[in-house]
Amino acid sequence: METLKGIITEHPFFAGLDDSFADLMVSCASNVRFKAGTYILKEGDAANTFYLIREGKVAVEVFAPQHKPIIVSTLGVGEILGWSWLMPPFQWKFHAHAVDDIRAIALDGKCLRTKCEENHDLGYEILKRFARIMEQRLEATRLQLLDVYGVRR
Amino acid sequence: MATAITNDPMLPQPYSVREVAKETPDTFTLSLKPENAVNKTSFQPGQFSMLWVFGIGELPISISGDPALHDRLVYTVRSVGQATHSLVNLRVGDGVGVRGPFGAGWPAEAARGRDIIVVAGGIGLAPLRPLIYQVLQNRKNYGRLVILYGGRSPRDLLYRKELATWARNRETQVLVTVDYGGLGWRGHVGVVTTLFKYTRLQPARSVAMVCGPEIMMRFVVGELETQGISQDDIYVSMERNMKCAVGFCGHCQYGPYFICKDGPVFQCERVRKLLEKYEI
Amino acid sequence: MAQRSEHILGADQLGKLIEALVRKGYEVLGPTVRDEAIIYDNVQSVADLPSGLTDEQEPGRYHLRRRDDKALFGYSVGPQSWKKYMHLAEVRLWSAERQDGTFRILNNEGKPERPRAFLGARACELAAIAVQDRVLLEDRYRDPIYDRHRGGTFIIALQCTQTAATCFCASMGTGPRVSGGFDLVLTELLGSKGHRFLVGTGSDRGTEMLTELETVPAAEEDRQEASARVEAAASQQVRSIDRTGIKELLYENFEHPRWDHVARRCLTCANCTMVCPTCFCTSVEDVTDITGNHAERWRRWDSCFTQTFSYIHGGSIRTSAKARYRQWMTHKLASWIDQFGSSGCVGCGRCITWCPVGIDITEEVRVIREGGKNGNS
Repeated sequence: METLKGIITEHPFFAGLDDSFADLMVSCASNVRFKAGTYILKEGDAANTFYLIREGKVAVEVFAPQHKPIIVSTLGVGEILGWSWLMPPFQWKFHAHAVDDIRAIALDGKCLRTKCEENHDLGYEILKRFARIMEQRLEATRLQLLDVYGVRR
Repeated sequence: MATAITNDPMLPQPYSVREVAKETPDTFTLSLKPENAVNKTSFQPGQFSMLWVFGIGELPISISGDPALHDRLVYTVRSVGQATHSLVNLRVGDGVGVRGPFGAGWPAEAARGRDIIVVAGGIGLAPLRPLIYQVLQNRKNYGRLVILYGGRSPRDLLYRKELATWARNRETQVLVTVDYGGLGWRGHVGVVTTLFKYTRLQPARSVAMVCGPEIMMRFVVGELETQGISQDDIYVSMERNMKCAVGFCGHCQYGPYFICKDGPVFQCERVRKLLEKYEI
Repeated sequence: MAQRSEHILGADQLGKLIEALVRKGYEVLGPTVRDEAIIYDNVQSVADLPSGLTDEQEPGRYHLRRRDDKALFGYSVGPQSWKKYMHLAEVRLWSAERQDGTFRILNNEGKPERPRAFLGARACELAAIAVQDRVLLEDRYRDPIYDRHRGGTFIIALQCTQTAATCFCASMGTGPRVSGGFDLVLTELLGSKGHRFLVGTGSDRGTEMLTELETVPAAEEDRQEASARVEAAASQQVRSIDRTGIKELLYENFEHPRWDHVARRCLTCANCTMVCPTCFCTSVEDVTDITGNHAERWRRWDSCFTQTFSYIHGGSIRTSAKARYRQWMTHKLASWIDQFGSSGCVGCGRCITWCPVGIDITEEVRVIREGGKNGNS
């Protein structure tokens, strides 16, 4: 049976983390589940947790007046959900909607924020990893915006 | 009065429209049959024809139909200009001139016994459809089939019913995504490379066939390489201006290659450097 | 193939050669003066030839000057090549009629009326014809129009006994000595023994044609004089291209700053492709009459320098002058080797002479090879 520590240390996102930092991660972590159709987080809510998706797809959505929310991106197995917990105002900018039944590891962002302020080495390790995720998402978003399948006029 | 059918690649053969089907608001699939019924149609997946609308002009269009059917040639055409507009507005019974088939198609031999990863973007699924038919009809000759398809938005997706049917085949995975979901779409949203995380590829036994806008092919090739697939095992379908399709007019040159003769399908290793060159 | 035997033909006999060709049914095409240049057209007699004229060529410059003798072929090459007679500048491919929703192709044979004779084909021009043969007859498909116009042509080659400043055939290995591909070959000799031609044969029909004329066997000193004059022409060439590894040189220097330098000068006027004897690019055009029931497809020369040459939906691939010049030069000197097994350039120098801003292909290669950035212009 997989332990939290096992899952966390084997995950590419946490690869290379110092043993003491890895233990710290584990102490902030817990297993969570969300049923398909429920909201994992909502735009405007306080952002204090981030998730490592282990099973299922999550739709990142934007609230659209008079309509159902519009999906702007879909995240899946192995991806990290949520970075707004890292920066002020610590508020979610999008909804995250469970497309399937979700199994995830939730990490206590509020606790980690404090620890990062206290220990800048830990802070650097966390920020380095989130910077990489943001770079990947930005690149993918730019490609989406290019409208490569559209007809140039 | 029928024209004597010759094998002259420079003369259009008379065909007529047997069916027109609307795929999306600007894309239609035309099914053509030869005027002279004794003529059998034949092509390799990945090849194209030059379609001629009387007095208007001629266009290179990839064949998108089933290579096992010898009584028709099927094309999926997107209306982007005057000539394509006239093609998609043809009615059943209208005449169309067909030259071809031309070009090098998807490598059936290299794919034998291996897992096939089809990555298509937008109308790029059309030249890959004959290959998919071929694989599904000769299932035991191939390993797993993974189809990754990215479109602009839900209403721009081609062959939606067939995609669902293909997914039901054994050892076949079909994943679809759109760049823009819009209202009511509950499926995957994101560029086509975001679909790789849902696959379990075995790079050593895989062959990838990629077709779509050049930008898309470039970033897909990058992702395939990250996934561990060698350039020898990746094939792309290139496009350039074409006038004659027989290597004489010089328009379709891409580096040292004539896309009409040496392509349109190329082993990635041959064109990798060209893909990154600006204005080549 | 006839044995090579050489004879002397008096200059006054040249007219008889033209008459003999006409008698045998050939349309004789040769050099003549028009619009202050020596071009190719129908010649009826020796009087049509540019007697006593020579050409002075420099990058972007061409003019004719009087010689102090009566040489009939005392110049190099003009703006035209024999290409226009075989790879036609404008030709109807076929026509079609519409009836009852379908169409019928009407076959157009379009044979030339009479077989042709080329009088005065230079070594570089014969090399260019061989290059075009490889492209249009010997690759995957065969162009029937080129085939029809090429076959049966009687070729009277001419050994160059002088060279223009823009010629560089010696470095391209294509001249100035003619080595094959002709029915008859002439070397013009002027001097104490009088105005005469050394004549060699290269085919049975060439040998047969000679029997119609009064000739005497050539003496050894005639052969030596002719040979020396051709050697002199070769040694007088001032331009050259170093062909060592030229394919890799151009493939690997796609981003060389020299391309920007040439782009600032190039007008993309397409003159070079029009005068080049090996350029073969064409375009097709579909036209109908007013009723819309009769359609024709026409083919005409095109040039990779035009803005729409590389157009696909959304825009052209090569929009800048830099990209278009680079495409032309890289194709001519490098890609051609991969495509057809030989260089596309025969060193005739026409592109240098007829470029309005005097871009010199030999200079461009030299600068890229030497790694330099700036030219003299």
